[in-house]
Amino acid sequence: MSETSTSPQPGADPARPATVRGPSRDAAPVVAFHNVSIAFDGPPVLQDVTFSIAPGETRVLLGPAGVGKSVLLKLVNGLLRPDQGSIQLFGQEISTMPEEQLFPLRTRTGMVFQEGALFDSLTVRDNVAYQLVSERVPDDEINRRVHEALRFVELDETFALFPQSLSGGMRRRVAIARALIHQPEFLLYDSPTGGLDPVTSTTIIELIVKQRDVYRTPSILVTHRLQDAFTLCTHYFDIETNTMVPLPDGYPNPNTTFLMLEEGRLIFDGSLHNLIHSQNPFVREFLL
Amino acid sequence: MAINPIENTAKQLVLTVQEYSLFASRAVMNIFRPPRYWPDFLIQSDIIGFGSATIVLLSGFFTGGVLALQSAATLSEFGAAAVTGRFVSITMIRELGPVLTGIMVSGRNASSMASELGSMVVTEQIDAMRALGVDPMRKLVTPRLFACIIMLFFLTILADAFGIVGGAFVTVFMNHQNGTQYFSMAWEHLRYPDIIQGLMKPLFSGFIIASIGCFYGMRTSGGTEGVGRSTIQAVVTASVLIIFVDFLVTQILLTLLPPI
Repeated sequence: MSETSTSPQPGADPARPATVRGPSRDAAPVVAFHNVSIAFDGPPVLQDVTFSIAPGETRVLLGPAGVGKSVLLKLVNGLLRPDQGSIQLFGQEISTMPEEQLFPLRTRTGMVFQEGALFDSLTVRDNVAYQLVSERVPDDEINRRVHEALRFVELDETFALFPQSLSGGMRRRVAIARALIHQPEFLLYDSPTGGLDPVTSTTIIELIVKQRDVYRTPSILVTHRLQDAFTLCTHYFDIETNTMVPLPDGYPNPNTTFLMLEEGRLIFDGSLHNLIHSQNPFVREFLL
Repeated sequence: MAINPIENTAKQLVLTVQEYSLFASRAVMNIFRPPRYWPDFLIQSDIIGFGSATIVLLSGFFTGGVLALQSAATLSEFGAAAVTGRFVSITMIRELGPVLTGIMVSGRNASSMASELGSMVVTEQIDAMRALGVDPMRKLVTPRLFACIIMLFFLTILADAFGIVGGAFVTVFMNHQNGTQYFSMAWEHLRYPDIIQGLMKPLFSGFIIASIGCFYGMRTSGGTEGVGRSTIQAVVTASVLIIFVDFLVTQILLTLLPPI
């Protein structure tokens, strides 16, 4: 049985920054999974997974390697199809939707892949502008928006470079710029800090916090690194100083909640408070 | 049970044929609906057409030369060395030009398509393209398919022409025969059914090269080792299919358009 929590966060904090607000629980969910299962020539990778993501909410999907986190993420925007169950994205059932109809729906989302998945034959400019080029946006407009997106990830100087000449962390940041350029209504991050050093990881997490707090884009972030998950939950982005700053102790970001997978089953769905105090042995072992 | 592996292999084969048929039909049908990626079509035409021209010209030239060498030796035994031109031109145009061009282009382009698309699959670039709302079938497969069909048609004409020139070179400079006689024999005995047969085949070969190369590339799995496997499968399957389809097309066209 999964351990779920709908209880509110610990009492509202008068010192909480104005940018930090709770998710809109009454509005229709951006993503809703209902009893989703999938298998690939073997035992099920995901079994009876049910959860939803509210507008403005950031969900951190935790779990050790190989439990189906990336598979779940690819199900969210229809890159994979479930064997059973229903998946709704922006209120539309996508589990049986033809691929042709999924393309326009996917343009409303942004996805950051595990290794960046930049097109290695294209420059950073053409990578970031990929969606705009395919929509035949004028060149001047493309260049302006690419510079804007690259400035957001603080990599404006890489405009004319090829991905091969970038470091692993820079590639992830370019991938974030590519995911953000179209002003997505929902973001998917697949282990954006995987394989990176702690300093670069913090830079990436800062960008994700910035996107969450400045643009309030709902998102789902896959990670097996607890420190990233906790940083995301215990910090907010201060627009005035343009930096990520810690929230007061005991008052984590109410927009950010957790999901945890164990062998394809969702065993936890709740807040940071509930995660830390969970009695589930797997959750406790994972946290240690 | 010993029957199980055979049954599984047969099922796998049927499934692969089914998947390939659906894949190829989707790639063809995409041309009738927007969006169409004309710049990608032109880039692929340049890579396949201009990029393969050198190997096609050289292989055509030397094949024509070898044909002239071999045929002149045999024909001279019957006092018919004068018909070398006719032999070389008909053989090149009807058979060797289309088949050799197909196999040469297959070795160069089916492999490059399979490895390029396979690498994109294993590095999640194909998924990234889909996530950005761009259909990889329309963007990557359809332009390669039509570029390959059209370019192979023209490459075959070049191979035929250089094959006949190669035969002329051998005939004139090595067999010391009359060049005018060679070309007049090559031209006078050429009939429309020969040309139709020779120009129909590259259309099928072009379709096979691009569709097989892209099909194996897009279903790559298993990392960089999988890319190598896909590349080998693409070249082997495309080469065998080109020869097999050449046999079928020859049989059908000989029935429909018998030689005069």
